[in-house]
Amino acid sequence: MIEFHLDSRSGVSPYLQIVQQVRQALRVGVLREGDQLPTVKEVVGQLAINPNTVLKAYRELEHEGLASARPGVGTFVTGSLGAESIAAQGPLRQALQRWIVKARRAGLDDESIEALFRDSFRSAAEEDIA
Amino acid sequence: MIAFSLRQFRTQAIIGGAGLVVLGIILLVTGPHLVTIYDTAVAQCRASGGASSDCNNPVISTYSKLQVLATALVLIVPVLIGMFWGAPLVARELETGTFRLAWTQSVSRMRWLLVKLGLVGLASAAVGGLLSLMVTWWFSPIDKVNQDRFGAAAFGTHGFVPAGYALFAFALGATTGLLFRRTLPAMAVTLVGFVVARFAVAYWIRPHFMTPVTKAFGIGPNGGFGFIETPGGALQFTTNPPDFPNALIVSNDVVDNAGQSPSTAFLQKACPNLPGPNGPPPAVQGGQAHAAVSARGQQAFQQCVTTISTKYHQVVTYQPANRFWAFQTYETLLFVVASAALAGLCVWWVRHRLS
Amino acid sequence: MSWVIDAQGLGKRYGRRWALNDCDLQIPSGHVVGLVGPNGAGKTTLLHLAVGLLAPSSGTIAVLGRPPAADPDQLARVGFVAQDTPTYARLTVADHLRFGAQMNSGWDDELATHRITELELGLDQSAGSLSGGQRAQLALTLAVAKRPQLLILDEPVASLDPLARREFLQSLMEFVAEGEVSVVLSSHLVADLERVCDYLIVLVDSRLQLAGEVDDLLASHRRLVGPRRDPASLPSGQAIIDESHTDRQSTLLVRCDGPVLDPAWAVEELSLEDIVLAYMGHARTTRRAGGRQGLEVLS
Repeated sequence: MIEFHLDSRSGVSPYLQIVQQVRQALRVGVLREGDQLPTVKEVVGQLAINPNTVLKAYRELEHEGLASARPGVGTFVTGSLGAESIAAQGPLRQALQRWIVKARRAGLDDESIEALFRDSFRSAAEEDIA
Repeated sequence: MIAFSLRQFRTQAIIGGAGLVVLGIILLVTGPHLVTIYDTAVAQCRASGGASSDCNNPVISTYSKLQVLATALVLIVPVLIGMFWGAPLVARELETGTFRLAWTQSVSRMRWLLVKLGLVGLASAAVGGLLSLMVTWWFSPIDKVNQDRFGAAAFGTHGFVPAGYALFAFALGATTGLLFRRTLPAMAVTLVGFVVARFAVAYWIRPHFMTPVTKAFGIGPNGGFGFIETPGGALQFTTNPPDFPNALIVSNDVVDNAGQSPSTAFLQKACPNLPGPNGPPPAVQGGQAHAAVSARGQQAFQQCVTTISTKYHQVVTYQPANRFWAFQTYETLLFVVASAALAGLCVWWVRHRLS
Repeated sequence: MSWVIDAQGLGKRYGRRWALNDCDLQIPSGHVVGLVGPNGAGKTTLLHLAVGLLAPSSGTIAVLGRPPAADPDQLARVGFVAQDTPTYARLTVADHLRFGAQMNSGWDDELATHRITELELGLDQSAGSLSGGQRAQLALTLAVAKRPQLLILDEPVASLDPLARREFLQSLMEFVAEGEVSVVLSSHLVADLERVCDYLIVLVDSRLQLAGEVDDLLASHRRLVGPRRDPASLPSGQAIIDESHTDRQSTLLVRCDGPVLDPAWAVEELSLEDIVLAYMGHARTTRRAGGRQGLEVLS
């Protein structure tokens, strides 16, 4: 069973954090197809957040095809996030490591590298949405 | 609501009930003995022709401390009820803020108030009445001897009128508690207000519940007499009231056929020879006193009284003894009506002003 | 859409001072509503008007469509926990449950005893011996077990330690998750409310400053940072809530209808607390300038 947590300073809205945590859990195998997600009551009882937030997150997961609600029973995991696990992403990992070396040679320290990555990642995500 | 009010009232009810029970046991145990003393000692004494003051002594002096205690209890329990059952009734909830809990359940404010007032009001009247009836029963041999239960001092501690007092004190406490929103000031005002009300009724209203009976007497030589000098320098002549057992004396005057009391000039002329610093009769400022006089002075005094009695007589208005229970009823009703008026004020205040 | 609270021109005056002034408010049902404002802003006054502990000096208020505390039925549909959670100090927890059962026709005894057991409150403990957090939970139990349609809480967590605060909100959210109930809770700290509220009302200086769904508020307010600019040159779809300028730079907090396209501005999202603080600051500025304008309310 998965347990959610909330990072109130991450800048990511709570319902998205829940969605991301479900996706991450699927990725690493904490959640498998057929598992039941915690009930709304259980989640809010633990996190002290508005039930609508949880409902929104579960609806988003349904929309993405990752979960489906069975009335009177609960919400269950139905999908999976591609067959590959992180470990299998060989080429991508190597490309990333090469980039990090390049960035270090260009004189960036660790924080700048992270900031650069995060910035680019976010603007890429925004472009996706727009 | 009723069950919860009872629960809130529980401690006070237990104290009141326990007190009644304890006193009841004491009175029950000692009562018969008093009766025995009256039946045997006093009856024997009277039969053998003893002076009534000597014959009364055995009864008056038995359990004297308990007599004082019982009388004091009947006097103060009503005002204690007002202060400790009445004043905190609403004030405590307003002080502690619990009214915000009580008024947001599913019971209307009116119902809440009326149940509290009704329940504890009933208990107050019951305690006041039971206490008084117990003590009256216990006092009956003493009353038979004293024959003074209609007097101002004894009336309020006999019969069932203390039920009315207790109810009124409770209503006064509850109302002041509601108006002041604080228990302590309400207790103080209840105490003062109750005492004032009792005095006012006892001295100004009670004597006039029914038109008093009027009786006239000649001024005989054997009564108790006295002269009073008022602060303005005028003289008055007074006599003791007659001994009407268990009656309430309303007024006692010395007047002539036209209803006038003797003037200072008349008195000075009628009694010129009485010893005194300036010739006139012994003058006492503001009070009555039997001046110590010699035998010759006594004679002169008797003559003086005879002179006065040719023109003046004594007029007494009183409530006869058989009106005692009617007066108990009237006074109780008076206090009950006053309590109802106070309760009405509470209802109106809670509905319209407490927002 | 039905309103749980519908106030028109609502005001409450004590002598010369208006504790609440000219309040127009429509709160939709099915939300957890946060009422935030500094101490003395009028939050308690508004809530007391809603539960019938106060009568309005001006205007009207309808709760669940009817006047507050109009009759026992109406009283039964609204649950209330007052500030400092008053309880009968000398009565036990069990006495309080009996109190709830006797004073409320719709009392759910199972729910009440289940909660008390879960909270591990001793039935024979006197309410005066409970900790602040336990008393708050007891008061919440009493309000919740009468199965109200609307639950109103006046600063329920203000005097609680962080753990008790968290547990209280967890309890409250569990109850909300169970069924159809609207909640209004007040606080002088936005942080208390951010996690649990999806509708926000801001009250400052006895006046309504802001009301709206939290998602809408977060989506429509932005911080703009850029070179020094005359605020009047902004496009019309943007209203300035707060502004500050240095000789070179302008920082504006705006409410906008659409996206900000001017590339000179760096556009930042705001936290709920930032937004509330901006409106509070705006209220103070308006008061100092002698004006009495309220702000347009987002619905």
